[in-house]
Formats: sequence, structure tokens, C-alpha cells
Amino acid sequence: MAEQAIVDKEALLEELLASINQHKFTPDVAHVEIHGNQVLNKNLVDGLMVEAESIEDGVKVHIRVKSGVTLKNPVNFCFGLIPENGVQRIIIDTVIGEGAHAKFIANCTFPNAVNIQHLMNATITVEKGASLSYFERHVHGPNGGVTIVPVTKVSVGEDARFSTEFELIKGAAGVVELEYAAEVAKNATVDMMTRIFGREGDRIHIKEAAHLSGEGSTGVLTSHIALKNRASATIENELIADAPYARGHVDCKEIVQDDARARAIPVVQVNNHLAHVTHEAAIGSVDSKQLETLLSRGLTEDEATDLIIQGLLS
Amino acid sequence: MNLLEIKNLSLFKEGRPILNNLSMDIWEGHVHAIIGPNGAGKSTLANTIMGLSGYRDFEGDVLFEGKSIKALPVDERARKGITLLFQEPARFEGLGVSQFILAGAKEKSRAVVEDALQHAGLSPEKYMKRAVDKTLSGGERKRIELASIYAMKPRLVLMDEPDSGVDIDSVKYIFAVIKELRHRGSTIILITHSPEVLKHADHAFLICAGTLVDKGEMSRMFDYFNGKCVPCVHVGQPTVDAAVQPLAAN
Repeated sequence: MAEQAIVDKEALLEELLASINQHKFTPDVAHVEIHGNQVLNKNLVDGLMVEAESIEDGVKVHIRVKSGVTLKNPVNFCFGLIPENGVQRIIIDTVIGEGAHAKFIANCTFPNAVNIQHLMNATITVEKGASLSYFERHVHGPNGGVTIVPVTKVSVGEDARFSTEFELIKGAAGVVELEYAAEVAKNATVDMMTRIFGREGDRIHIKEAAHLSGEGSTGVLTSHIALKNRASATIENELIADAPYARGHVDCKEIVQDDARARAIPVVQVNNHLAHVTHEAAIGSVDSKQLETLLSRGLTEDEATDLIIQGLLS
Repeated sequence: MNLLEIKNLSLFKEGRPILNNLSMDIWEGHVHAIIGPNGAGKSTLANTIMGLSGYRDFEGDVLFEGKSIKALPVDERARKGITLLFQEPARFEGLGVSQFILAGAKEKSRAVVEDALQHAGLSPEKYMKRAVDKTLSGGERKRIELASIYAMKPRLVLMDEPDSGVDIDSVKYIFAVIKELRHRGSTIILITHSPEVLKHADHAFLICAGTLVDKGEMSRMFDYFNGKCVPCVHVGQPTVDAAVQPLAAN
């Protein structure tokens, strides 16, 4: 029985990594693979602590990068479910210690999804002078069937930097309820980027917020969404600047094709006369100048549109 | 031999003629210039030949290699070998320079991109990994667009103000590409205000208020830039006394 369990675990790990085109890591690369509520594999490096605890429908994970440590290579996380149905709840608490620097890459994969819920509740603390670059890529199957609800609260300490990218381009998005909120301290920086391609009946709701509470803090919220068929999206970006010399920008671009629908709600608020926040939002069909430039190179309208969308989401 | 024939072309916007019964023959393998004051209809003519949106509904005809292209959409005209260098190049967020250059190229290879960038005076090492977006200046985007046209190996290139937005030191690369395109057999139509650009043409057409008022070899057409012009009813134009002898349209 025990041997069978090991074989199953290895087979699952192999399938999980194959779905994201990842096979082996060198020993100096930290990585953690979690299937459902089971940690399949883990490799850590000096200065990085990851503790995972199984719960009924998922895992609780504590991640800490020790103060003053700079991780040489990105830490690779893989979360996923191979079966067609199920729930994966991830509760993550991440602390990047004072003056530490790290990059995380998270792949969330549900290649066979028919009815899967991926629920993530994360808190991220980037302490004074530290930095974290977090990249999350979702790989879904062609038929949708995934509901993803990531809710993340971020605290960015003085002189710290936090950047996050969320990418869902391959496969059907399904239902996405993405929520990010960041509190940004003195001279700290937050940069949030979301890139999603919605197709068929996908429903996408993004809510990104940054509160620039520290003097000289900066924030950029960027959402690039492409929608076709009957997909719909609502993007809420909120940037509030309370402190002197806080600077922020909201950029929302949505390309809409077929019967898709898009809605952007940018909220920018300044509560200090020395702060400055800007926003731009563009929703609609493909830009005619871009389209005609590519048409005049001989691309068909479909080819040109695909290339423009590919660029927007790259 | 005529590669392109414009026959009695008239185009109206809001009831006003922008192009007025224009006829021109564009000889294959030559560099032609279209000159004239602001609002003369030069860019309109280029957009009409390319078949851009808003420039498709006109009277008269445009023949390419003896056949009407009036009914063809932009992409079909481009696949016949006609292309346009836009006066204001578009920005493409996230679209890589290499992807953009190869979009219209028949041969898709790294060598094609490098060759095209080098001809436009842009270092492949520096530009191949960049995007055709707002991080590039207007002049850089113009030269990248020119590189994409070079890679396309077109039969007929319409260049709308090819030197606009390009700094003085880099204009030489624009001229080098014009020369190389011609050497490779492309026919070129330069839409320009610039005497420097005009030097690279073999012939010029002077249009005013959408009407062809003169045409000829460069030595004579330079008179337009020397303050002489054909008689013209438009404000700001030279008087009849200062004008050169007009050429009867066609």
C-alpha cells in the first residue's frame, strides 16, 4: 500500500509538472508542488522557510524569507488538481524579512477541469527595505469548469517593493474573482499587473486596490484583458493617495470582440495636495490604427487582431 | 511601364472635394514624390491608394498592374505588394519588435529581422527584445515601421512624410532604406514637404486642393520649394507673376 502511494504521488507530480511544461529543477532552485491538499514535493534553499499543513480541502502554507537574505533563483510553486472535479483551498501567509529579496513564480494548473474551485486566501508582508516579485500563471483546460477566487492582502513596508503579475491566457478562464489590496508605506512601491484572455462564457471580476499611505509611496495598477465570444469582465481598480509625494497610476485596457462585454471602474482618490494619481482606461474593439498598420502588411483582420491581443497580453 | 494608374479620382468628405479628378501614372521601379501645401490632399491620396477605412468611397479608379483594386480591402492590396508607411506610426503595447517586423515578411527568420533593423540604422541587439510601444520614441517607431516594410519586400511603397519625427542624424537611414528598396525593385511614392526628401525622387506631382497642378522632373519641381508655384487661388500661395508655367493636367 505504502509503495503504491509513493508511485501515485510520483505519477501525480509528473502529471502536474507536465501540464505546465516543467519537468526538473536543479538542486539550487527552491520549489514546492501541491496537489489538492497534499504536498507532493519540496526543495528549499538557505534563507527560505516553507511549512505546509494539510487541511480538509487544501493546505495552509507559511513562507518566510529570512531578513537580509537575497534568494538567487526564483522560488517555484505549483498548485493544482489533475482530476476533473474538486476543491483546492490554499491559505498562505508570506513574510519577506527586512532587507530580503525574493522572486516567486506560482503555476496554478487545472488541465482537466470540469468543476473545480481554486480558493486562495493570502497575506503577504514585505518588510522594510525588502522586495518580492510574485508571478502567478494559471493553466486551465479548454473547457472552463474552473472557479478561481484568489483574495490577497499585501502590506508593503517602508522602502520596500512588491510587484505581482497574474496571467491567465491559456485555456478557458472559467469564473475568476480576483481581489488584491495593498497598503503601501513610506517610499514603498507596489506594482500590480493582470493579464487575462476570456473566451466563451468566462466571467471575470478583478478588484485591485492600493492605498498609498506613506510619503513618497508609489503604486501602479495595470489590467489588460481581452474578451471574445460571450465572455464578460468587470475591472475595479482603486488607488487612494493619502500622503505627500505619493504617486500612482491606473491603466486598464480591454479589447472586446464578438458578443463579449467589458466594464471598467477606475477609482482614483487623492487626500493630500502634494500627491498625484492618474488613470487611463480604454475599452472596445481593436485600435483601428494598429489594425490598419498590420492589414497594410498583408495580415488578414483575424491575424492582425490575434497579434494585437497577443501583444496586449504578453 | 505603369505599376499604378490613378484615373479621374475624386473623393469627397462632407460634400467637399478632397481629391478632385486626379489622374497619375506611377512608373515601375521609380521613386515618385507627391508635394503640395498642407491640406492639399497628399495623405488622402496615399490612404486612398492603400484603401484605408474612410477612403474607400471614391469616384474614378485605381489600377495596379492594369487591374482595378477599387473593390479590394487593405489586406488584399497589401498581399498584392502595396504598403504604406504611416505618417504617425502606431504603438503596439507588448508586441515585440521582431514579431512586428516579421508580421508582413514572406520569410520569417531572425536574419530577416536583423537585416531590416540594420538597414534602418537600429541595433538588432538593442531593439529585437523591445516592444513597439510608448517606450520607443516616435522616430524609433518610424524606423521600426520602415524596417517592417523593408522585410516585406513590397512592390509599391507609399511613404507619408518618411522623415517626420526622425532626428537629423537618423534621417540618413531613412534615405538609405529608400535607396535599397529601389535597388531591390520596389516602386516608391514619397509624400513630403521636405526638399531633402524630394532629392531622392525621380519625379514629382504637385497637388493643390486635391487637384494635380504640375508634374515633372525634380530639377524643375524644386521651384515649388523656392517660392515659385503655379497660379493658385489659395491663400498664402505665390502670385501669378512668381509662378512657373503650369502644366496642363494630363
